[in-house]
Amino acid sequence: MKNSISTPTDRLDGPEKASGKAVYTDDIRPEGLLFARTLRADRPRARITAIRLPEIPDNYFIVDRNDVPGRNRIKMLEDDWPFFAGEVINHVGEPILLVVGPDREKVADILNSIEVEYEDLPPVLSIDDAIAAKSPIFGDDNCFAAYSFRKGDPDTAFSTAKTVIEGEFKTGYHEQAYMEPQGMIGSYKNGKLTVTGSMQCPFYVKNAMMQLTGFKEDAVQIIQATTGGAFGGKEEYPSLLAGHVAVAAIKTGKPVKLVLERGEDLAVTTKRHPSVSRYRSAIDENGRVIAMEADITLDGGAYAGLSAVVLQRALFAAIGVYNIPNVTVRGRVMATNHVPSGAFRGFGAPQAFFAVEMHMEQIASELGMNPLTFKEIHLVRQGDTTSTGGVLRDEIKIHEMLAKVLKMSNYRKKEGIFASKKGRFRSGIGLAIYLHGCGFTGKGEEIIKGTATIRKLAEDRAEILISNVEMGQGAQTTLRKIVARILELPIQNIEYANPDTDRVPDSGPTVASRTVIIVGHLLESAAKELKKRWNESETLSVSKSYRHPSYIQWDQDKLQGDAYPAYSWGIVAVEVEVDTLTYETAVKGVWTVHDVGIAIDEEIIRGQIEGGILQGLGYASLEVMDTADGAYRQHSFTDYIIPTSVDAPVIESELIDNPYEYGPFGAKCAGELPIAGAAPAYAAAVSHALGIEIHEIPVKPEILIKRAVK
Amino acid sequence: MSQIIQFTLNGTPVSLESDPMRRLLDVLRDDFSETGVKEGCGEGECGACSVFLNGKLVNSCLVALGSIEGMNVETIVHFKNTPAYRVIEQAFSDAGAVQCGFCTPGMVLAAYALLKNNPHPGENDIREAISGNLCRCTGYNMIVDGIRLAAKRGEGKW
Repeated sequence: MKNSISTPTDRLDGPEKASGKAVYTDDIRPEGLLFARTLRADRPRARITAIRLPEIPDNYFIVDRNDVPGRNRIKMLEDDWPFFAGEVINHVGEPILLVVGPDREKVADILNSIEVEYEDLPPVLSIDDAIAAKSPIFGDDNCFAAYSFRKGDPDTAFSTAKTVIEGEFKTGYHEQAYMEPQGMIGSYKNGKLTVTGSMQCPFYVKNAMMQLTGFKEDAVQIIQATTGGAFGGKEEYPSLLAGHVAVAAIKTGKPVKLVLERGEDLAVTTKRHPSVSRYRSAIDENGRVIAMEADITLDGGAYAGLSAVVLQRALFAAIGVYNIPNVTVRGRVMATNHVPSGAFRGFGAPQAFFAVEMHMEQIASELGMNPLTFKEIHLVRQGDTTSTGGVLRDEIKIHEMLAKVLKMSNYRKKEGIFASKKGRFRSGIGLAIYLHGCGFTGKGEEIIKGTATIRKLAEDRAEILISNVEMGQGAQTTLRKIVARILELPIQNIEYANPDTDRVPDSGPTVASRTVIIVGHLLESAAKELKKRWNESETLSVSKSYRHPSYIQWDQDKLQGDAYPAYSWGIVAVEVEVDTLTYETAVKGVWTVHDVGIAIDEEIIRGQIEGGILQGLGYASLEVMDTADGAYRQHSFTDYIIPTSVDAPVIESELIDNPYEYGPFGAKCAGELPIAGAAPAYAAAVSHALGIEIHEIPVKPEILIKRAVK
Repeated sequence: MSQIIQFTLNGTPVSLESDPMRRLLDVLRDDFSETGVKEGCGEGECGACSVFLNGKLVNSCLVALGSIEGMNVETIVHFKNTPAYRVIEQAFSDAGAVQCGFCTPGMVLAAYALLKNNPHPGENDIREAISGNLCRCTGYNMIVDGIRLAAKRGEGKW
């Protein structure tokens, strides 16, 4: 039966966006505004020996690390990432200084006439270079983070195995390609710093600004401007840009705007980590995987950033949706002189799901088994333990979902027909099964302890006060819908402004698919209390802070226990047609079923699913980003191709209800989930069409040609 | 360097003394505060800066100010007051075609450019018509649905 909360509501931010009235960062034009541009390193690793400046005219300024009032390090896990380069630069595009002034062209002229002299240092330009550690750039082994954990007794299982199958799987850089490039505006008045811009995490920016300036909490205010897409790309990088405009505003006393041009945004902002994964599986005489070993290595780039946590999510996803009794998982993130890698929808999981799904396909193929049947017999069930020894407590509807997808796609029939197809155009169908751990990994939610507030206003209105942002994913509509439903008020009576850290509590960042399941749940319980107390007073606020359910246990040192409080699930089938003359591949159909608990809004969820799947198909097929001498070779949307409307397949998408006790109205997580399966399903389909194994994405025609003529 | 250039912006004749090599996009945003015209890529790939130039849909980042002497420029600011806009906006809303919104004004104009020439477009016509407008949020199908819905409801409004 359809849950009534799920019935679509008109998006509340729709009209102002469609009509061009919504105010994004670059649309804000305060009086006396100065523009900043960044002088960037043009090489991967060097010592700066001299900077020669031209004569700087009146009202123009140079801003660099000497102007930083506090600490020149972005507050993050390691605090190793400088706002402005020190004496040594560690990646192409690293910011050295800003030129700031009233006329943009003049700023650009000054920038172009600055000369920098370098003394080159030996760079680390690949994961292999990093492992060799001839001239380490981080510690003595170039390793930002390394983890390992085990389940059962893999050694014995491998020694008794009938067959051992090994494979290596690679994924490349992946650019978020939000349509609005990154940007920030800083101002400094009467001892107070205000930074406004495009961001996911106002309090990350605030904490970064406090460390940068040494200012007290009440002297730093962060305001989110309407944000034109983010996909993780506006999780950590905005802190760096905010730091630049902050220092410039403090130095000049005037508002300063820094908006990246597209080419600059592509060149310097964080991407999805490239990965190399080695898998090894022990198979018994019945064709069952009795042990699996996964070893995942990520290219972290020049600074640690969020890499350690990205790696954790990759490792916790490394065994996929399978119940394997004996497991070893290892992983590390290496430091290189590449642009720092970072957060991107899925946060490590898409790399792991590509590897594990393709490894399962590989095993099935080498054992002569049907890949889907092989995956099916290994699927987890309720009550099974995860690779970290956590318990899958909640109902898992994956078999029901699978039956649905097979029916929607006519999978089994096509599988048979396509296998016997000859001629120039070959069809193939593939399928991937995946999950997403909702909310922060491990103890994250306990550490952040998000707080959400609802304030009663006059005339039967109420206001949501949280630090989570609308960035296109629908938070404005979804969260107001939850509160409106409980307060029994029209959704228009619930206000929720873009967060301003002077007005809202820290409900945590807008990441990890946590906004609905965690913050939405806090709002749900705050609204329930407010409803009960509604007539107590005209001015009434109710706040709720996160409390970790006591049954969820996690040991961060041993990486044992429940890595996530809950899981959302997905299955996607992809049909392709490969032209064996050009090896171009067209997607002919996509069928998908997701379990996100209860959808707060079916239409918004459909938007997340379709957008995520197309982004994943781009990752699988089109989106190539590679490096030469530490710089990306792709500079624009002309050479970094993302899917257009003509490339986009029709996607048939269904949901299955599976309410979660601790989510608002039973909702779990949805934002990141759909990107995980598209790449392995696409690769499996191409593999099916051509009868070859695929170990790397993007699946480029040139790779297929090479494989085919071998 | 400067030159006096006259054109019609959203129905009003305007005159401007400026560098003829400036991009129309910058002129609209900086000199006329038309911030509904967005810069997504600056090289004509994304369509976020779409405007009508003498009724034809163009990327304003690729148009030099000096080339529009005497021409008609229409932007989302003006188009949003038309009955055709209201049909498209409602259809986009009903179809869930808007997410982050950065591409949306350009998509809306591209939809209108299609519908006024082809009021009964097929699916491929719609996909072709918006293929110069990039969207990273929706996967496009919900925008295609929105345009199909607008075509159905908008009889006689184009």
